[in-house]
Amino acid sequence: MNSLIGSTVRCLRSGAASFLSRRADGRVCTVSARLLCSASDIQKDLGEMVKKDKVVVFMKGTKAQPMCGFSNAVVQILRMHGVDDYASYNVLDDQDLRQGVKVFSNWPTIPQVYFNGEFVGGCDILLQMHQNGDLVEELKKLGIRSALLDAEKESK
Amino acid sequence: MLTSILRCVRPVSTSIAINRSLAHFKPLMDPDPSRPVEKAIRTKLTNTLKPDHLEVFNESHMHAVPPGSESHFRVLVISSQFEGLSLIQRHRLVNETLKEELSSCVHALAIQAKTPDQWRSNPTLNKSPPCMGGSRGGPTVEEKLNAGQK
Repeated sequence: MNSLIGSTVRCLRSGAASFLSRRADGRVCTVSARLLCSASDIQKDLGEMVKKDKVVVFMKGTKAQPMCGFSNAVVQILRMHGVDDYASYNVLDDQDLRQGVKVFSNWPTIPQVYFNGEFVGGCDILLQMHQNGDLVEELKKLGIRSALLDAEKESK
Repeated sequence: MLTSILRCVRPVSTSIAINRSLAHFKPLMDPDPSRPVEKAIRTKLTNTLKPDHLEVFNESHMHAVPPGSESHFRVLVISSQFEGLSLIQRHRLVNETLKEELSSCVHALAIQAKTPDQWRSNPTLNKSPPCMGGSRGGPTVEEKLNAGQK
C-alpha cells in the first residue's frame, strides 16, 4: 500500500499527469501507469546513483547500523580497507529501490556493490576479492589506497 | 541421473569435512520430499553445471523467518565449467540456473563457485555471517546480536 502511495506521489511530483490520460483504445491507465512511471524513474535514478560516487553500496540498513549479516560483511570489509566515505542506500527504506536495483543490476540479492559505476558483485564476491588481494588492486584503480597496505608496511 | 543425485547426497565423511565445523551446519541427508526448494536447487545445479562436487545448505534457520522456511541458502559448486570465468560470471551462471527460485521464495543465496583445481588447493567452505534481523529489526536483532556475543 505504501509503495502505491509512494509511486503516486513520485509521479505527481514529476508532473507525469500525461500518464493518467486516455490511451488510444479509450481506456484510462491508472494503477499500472503509475507503477510503470515509478519503475522507469527508479531505473533512471539508479543509472545516476551508481555513477555519482566511486563506491556505491545498496544494502539492508545503514553503514552505522546494518540490518543484514551479508550487508554488514560488506561494510566491515570496506572498513578494513579504510573505505568509510562511500554512498550507501538502504533498500529497506524503499521497496521500489529494493526491487529496482535487482532489475538494474540483473542481480537477485542484496547487498550490491558498485565501483565507478560498474557492478562488482555481492558479499561473496567482495569477500573473495578481499581474500585474494584483488580488492586492494581495484581500490587502487579508483584512486583509493587501501589501509591494509599501510598496516602491512608498518608491520615490516 | 540416479548417480548424479547420489553424488549430491554423499555423506560428509570426506576430507572436506576437516576444514569446517560440522556443528555449524545441518548434516547432509537424503533429499527430503518435503523440502522442494532445496531439491530443485540441487537438481538444477547438477543438470546445468555438471559439478564435480556440490553442497547445498538451507540456512533459513539462521535468519528471522518461520521454522521450516526455504528462503536462505548457501551453495558450494565445484565445476570445470567455471574455468576461465570471472567471479561475477560464475555467480551470474548460478543465479541464472536458479532464476525461478530467486524470483520467488529464495531471498538470499550465498555462492562459492570454484574450479576443481581451486577447490583442491583451498578446500574451505565459507561460513555465513549471523543474521541482523533484516526487515524485521527490533528485538530479533538484539537477540541475535546478543547470542552472537556469548
